[in-house]
Amino acid sequence: MEFFRIRRTIPFMRHAKVFNIISLITFLLAVFFLATRGLHFSIEFLGGTVMEVQYKQDAEPEKIRNSLAKQGLTDVSVQTFGTSRDVLIRLPLKAPTDGTTQNDAMKALSEKVMTGLHGDDASAQLKRVEFVGGQVGKELATDGGLALLFVCIGIMVYLAFRFEWRFAVATIIANLHDVVIILGFFSFFQWEFSLPVLAAILAILGYSVNESVVVFDRVRENFKKLRKASVDEVMDASITGTISRTIITHGCTQMMVLSIFFFGGASLHNFALALTIGICFGIYSSVLVAAPLAKYLGASREDFVKPEKKAQLADMP
Amino acid sequence: MNRYPAWKYVLIGIALLVGIIYTAPNFYGVVPAVAVSGVRAANKVDEPMKATLDAALKAANVPVLSSELDANGSAHYRFADTDRQIQGRDAIVAKLGQGFVAALNLESNSPPWLHALGAKPMYLGLDLRGGVHFLLQVDMKKAADKSIERYMGDIRTTLRDKKIYYSGLTRESDRITVRFREREQKAAALKLVTDTLVELNVRETESADESQLILTIKPEIVKRDQELALQQNIQTLRNRVNELGVAEPIVQQQGPDRILVQLAGVQDPARAEEILGRTATLEVRMVSEENAAGPGQDAFYAYKDQPAPFATDKFFDQDGQPVLVRKIVVMTGDRIKDAQPGFDEHGRSAVNIKTDETGGRILRQTTRENVKKRMAMLLVEKNKTVVLTWPVIQEEFGSSFRVTGMPDTTEAKNLALLLRAGALAAPMEIIEKSTVGPSLGADNIEKGYHAVLYGFIAIGVFMILYYALFGVVSVAALAANLLFLVGLLSMLQFTLTLPGIAAIALTLGMAIDANVLINERVREEVRSGMTPQMAIQAGYERAFDTILDSNITTLIAGLALLAFGSGPVRGFAVVHCLGILTSIFSAVMVSRGLVNIIYGGRKKVTRLSIGNTTWDKEEDKKNDEDRKKKVAV
Repeated sequence: MEFFRIRRTIPFMRHAKVFNIISLITFLLAVFFLATRGLHFSIEFLGGTVMEVQYKQDAEPEKIRNSLAKQGLTDVSVQTFGTSRDVLIRLPLKAPTDGTTQNDAMKALSEKVMTGLHGDDASAQLKRVEFVGGQVGKELATDGGLALLFVCIGIMVYLAFRFEWRFAVATIIANLHDVVIILGFFSFFQWEFSLPVLAAILAILGYSVNESVVVFDRVRENFKKLRKASVDEVMDASITGTISRTIITHGCTQMMVLSIFFFGGASLHNFALALTIGICFGIYSSVLVAAPLAKYLGASREDFVKPEKKAQLADMP
Repeated sequence: MNRYPAWKYVLIGIALLVGIIYTAPNFYGVVPAVAVSGVRAANKVDEPMKATLDAALKAANVPVLSSELDANGSAHYRFADTDRQIQGRDAIVAKLGQGFVAALNLESNSPPWLHALGAKPMYLGLDLRGGVHFLLQVDMKKAADKSIERYMGDIRTTLRDKKIYYSGLTRESDRITVRFREREQKAAALKLVTDTLVELNVRETESADESQLILTIKPEIVKRDQELALQQNIQTLRNRVNELGVAEPIVQQQGPDRILVQLAGVQDPARAEEILGRTATLEVRMVSEENAAGPGQDAFYAYKDQPAPFATDKFFDQDGQPVLVRKIVVMTGDRIKDAQPGFDEHGRSAVNIKTDETGGRILRQTTRENVKKRMAMLLVEKNKTVVLTWPVIQEEFGSSFRVTGMPDTTEAKNLALLLRAGALAAPMEIIEKSTVGPSLGADNIEKGYHAVLYGFIAIGVFMILYYALFGVVSVAALAANLLFLVGLLSMLQFTLTLPGIAAIALTLGMAIDANVLINERVREEVRSGMTPQMAIQAGYERAFDTILDSNITTLIAGLALLAFGSGPVRGFAVVHCLGILTSIFSAVMVSRGLVNIIYGGRKKVTRLSIGNTTWDKEEDKKNDEDRKKKVAV
């Protein structure tokens, strides 16, 4: 079987400008949504109220969710735990507006919820209600930021050492572009941003670098092999040469991610979603963002090959 | 060409064998068990004791699946189901002496020979097994306050011992100020303090009518004390959890001032909180006799609604009587080595306490100097201090003494437990709490398992269709990778969580990249006209550089996650990093080894079973030109 009978070198670089403009627009849109809408952080980051409710018979989470929605309580997580009669309801933190303390606000909220639940099923019984602090979130945010920074520095140093600084810079910009766009998606659709999502995004950063590295590896090789070719031609040849591997690899990873999405359960949905977007943009950015960027930064044959004259002399019998 | 030396096959074989051995326990599952162990390291379960317990179980008619005595001096009994487990524990507890606990547990059901090799299943996280999770915040300011109080006491006694006269000793936040009327006294004090209290920074100030020494604790000492406080709290929590027989608890430091407690299998957070939440410490202080109106229990009645006078604190005893005690703490609960409930000579419930040597010395000296005076035992709980008892010191006593004044035996037992488990160095507060049900856990395991399985099958089918025999080799390498990864994780006793399973799946999805790189490369080399054997050689060799580069960059990201992540992010990172390492090994060594077995031995290989490699660019071009010509004709 063979999917890619690529006969000629595909002139990716000729269209680079168009793609770069698309990239820039998507990137700016993502930044715009992040700035205006922000992210819908999960309870792990923000803190909130956790209520444990027990029913006499099997609880119906869907019904409970509807009942809460009627009271204007959205972003609620309702799940059964332990037995099918025990329900855990998690409500996001609402800062008290009218000078009341956190505790009073929590009490009022839980009473409101319970009144609503009693309307549907009188057997609902509040077992406990407690406040989950958001302190953890701040730490996670700083740690996440630090991790991001460290990844960027580490990868740049490695790439600068193995390749050349231009490739390092191009790779990092291309990958941060992926990360921002994933965040943009989460912001636009207001999907819940939980800890697994954070892990997924950081994993994508490593994964997406992977792609750029494979392309640049080929660029390095082709600079040495195709002596007469222009930079554009070398880039095109390299991308074409790796495209079938790129797509097959991503396809395989995507199969796994889809499997997580469909079979891994609700708590991993957003994790898989973040990875899916990351994979799509990973292909795109490694091919159409990183390579042109390296070119704009002035990557050339001389970065890898000693001037041609000497090389030719060495080749002479 | 394309032959591996024997040692490489041996290496692969050993790796596979180790992988299988360490992965295997995960498939045997776990059985309910009861672990009997000593409260302290000194208490060990020995053969005769185990024989007694065996007999007790037999007498109670509780069937035991298997039992063993491990090297750490704990006995493990495995039972068929949870009902038997509880019956078994009851039978054991009835026979158990002081200093031993029986904890309900889940233990690996793997055969003994696997056990003997140290192969244990991965530990299942709360989300896969169910249980309670707490995050506790240690109040470091209180810990610092405490050490400042202690230094104030030290300064006071040191100066008094050397008969250096000071006019005042006060404290403002973290500074201790000592005032002197005479300069000579101050100079003497300065010398004394710099010589004896090396943990303090000293600064002098002078004004017209007064000399002062300003003392602060050195920053490194503050830091050290905080670390010690945290460690002590962790130890205390461990003891408490152990003492109450909770299964396989996780008590870990998280960040500079937090402690994570995970109690798997416990489904009642209220009870668990009760266990952990008793943030009690014990303090011994002298009763402020100067302010006492008389010798009896009503001595401080006048202060019931009055604020405590200078240098004293007012607390109430268990009958609601006010007691004035000096601010100086004679001894704290961390000096206590053992505490047992018992009765005093009047048949009242009491707690017999043993302290360590330093505690004994302090008590001996204090009680010698204060015979016929009263000493108070305070139980300091969060925001609440109760005077347990404030007896008159009848005679000098040492490292072993008795506390009375508990209303009943239960209270005496509770107090003994608290004291024995050690005191907390600083108060703590629960800032995060969550509960996971066991059925949800089982559901999560199943989901995670399916996600990995179906993903693997999908990739496998595709690879075999696309790369034919080389695809089969890739799938075998990928399976080996999964084996190595799970084996390694089990060896490290990794705690598997749902994000961890997702990480395994994702790592497999990404690991196939190395195989695709190799296969594509081999195809390419064949297309460019190399002989099959040379194509294999060149394909693997050229792909290796790329594999290394791309995996190292991924590894950098993984390491960063490991360094800065916490909780699920960290679990994810561990799998990710190990997965990268195993995937390099399996893609490079295992798959090459297989290909070498298949093709390496043959003299003549005419074509490789790696899917379509027939087309090449030149031929295509020629065909195109032919077609054009035909059209032109």
